[in-house]
Amino acid sequence: MAKSSSPKPIEDLTYEQALAELESIVSALEGEQGQLGESIKLFERGQSLVKKCGELLEAAQLKVQQVAGDSIIPFDEESS
Amino acid sequence: MQPSLFSVQSTQQWTVTRLTFYIRNLLETDVTLQDVWALGEISNLSRPASGHIYFTLKDANASLKCVMWKTSAARQRLTLKDGMAVEVHGKIGVYDAGGQYQLYADQIRPVGEGVLYQEFMRLKAMLEAEGLFEPERKRAIPEQPRLIGIITSSTGAALRDMLTAIRRRNPLVDVLLAPAPVQGDEAPPKIVAALEALNRQKPDVILLARGGGSIEDLWAFNDERVVCAVVNSRAPVICGVGHETDFTLCDFAADLRAPTPTAAAELATPITIDDLRVKLDDYQTRIFSSTLNLVAVQKTFLSAISARLRFVSPERRIQSDIQHLDDLSRRALTSIVYGIQLQKKHIEGTQQRLDALNPLAVLKRGYAVVTRKDDGRVVSHISQAADEMRVRVSDGEFEVRKKT
Repeated sequence: MAKSSSPKPIEDLTYEQALAELESIVSALEGEQGQLGESIKLFERGQSLVKKCGELLEAAQLKVQQVAGDSIIPFDEESS
Repeated sequence: MQPSLFSVQSTQQWTVTRLTFYIRNLLETDVTLQDVWALGEISNLSRPASGHIYFTLKDANASLKCVMWKTSAARQRLTLKDGMAVEVHGKIGVYDAGGQYQLYADQIRPVGEGVLYQEFMRLKAMLEAEGLFEPERKRAIPEQPRLIGIITSSTGAALRDMLTAIRRRNPLVDVLLAPAPVQGDEAPPKIVAALEALNRQKPDVILLARGGGSIEDLWAFNDERVVCAVVNSRAPVICGVGHETDFTLCDFAADLRAPTPTAAAELATPITIDDLRVKLDDYQTRIFSSTLNLVAVQKTFLSAISARLRFVSPERRIQSDIQHLDDLSRRALTSIVYGIQLQKKHIEGTQQRLDALNPLAVLKRGYAVVTRKDDGRVVSHISQAADEMRVRVSDGEFEVRKKT
């Protein structure tokens, strides 16, 4: 069951978090346990999460960094 | 002493062909000469269009003609050059037409490779005995890594190939590169340090890779220190060193062996962005259908509830009460009517009985009632008669006077 009591703002979610919440919403809705009002809320939240995940997928850009000792620095692919 | 011309004497006469055949037979039945490694330097290298390779193997004091047939030449990885020191394996035979013996080569390797190979086998046996290559040690590669660590040269084609593959398959992941030289004496300690530095960043999986090369080029990946560091890595390691056919000890030690760096990157991203799109579509569909289903179930429930509500509603009771009331009033009316009729009958009966007792009825039959005029009393005996009396008959009365 999704933690609908105090859901994180969709904007702050990473893809993994959004997908994990989406998975729990799908199984909650398919479990048919909730109140109707609650289910409609889940449905709306689910729709927003699908949209967010889709946006994140389309905008995904491979991030490449480099370790230097214990710190992480950017890695310039062009110069390599 | 010169043998005299045409003198046959004691010596047997040979044709060149027969003699050459004899010599060839001598050489080709010698077990040692049929499986030999010859060490020397390549000269007079020639690769005609036929695909066969011809060269001469030389050292300070001698030279040996060598030929490698097309089929063996095609399998040859080493690029041969004049002056190159090599070890050539093959068998000694005779080229009849040229009148020369030569080495028919089937394998050529750089000098020293044989030593390295033996060292490889020794290390492999040792590490195997320590249980480092046991299948039970292998960890599963995560399906959806968030952070992929890469150890390779930051300038090699291997890195470019891996980044291209990861970017194409799943650009959602982050890549953390720990650059390290992948050949030379400094490579093993640098690779070990890179593994440690990378593990501190807790990647989900580590790719250890480099492009193809000779056995010396790949030697860092057979170094005992590197093999142990791979075994001890907290994150699972995919090893993609060299080409399809190259095996290093790191391949045995790694959790997963990939034939090439690109393949390593592919194995690290089993779920691609296309898979994720399909999954998202599926979730979208399931959210819709399950919500629609839920609403439908609620509707059915609602109509059932409302039917039950109608059944228990006061309206229904009121209807039923009204009906009861109607019933009662009908019954009341009936009983009232009946009562009245009863009363009527009773009254009629009483009337008849009253009629029977009515003295006037007797009068109709001719009787008369005589009363005294003075006090109005009925005269029923002679003694009661007065002078003046009234006589009542059926339709009136008249006065009479008693005769004396």
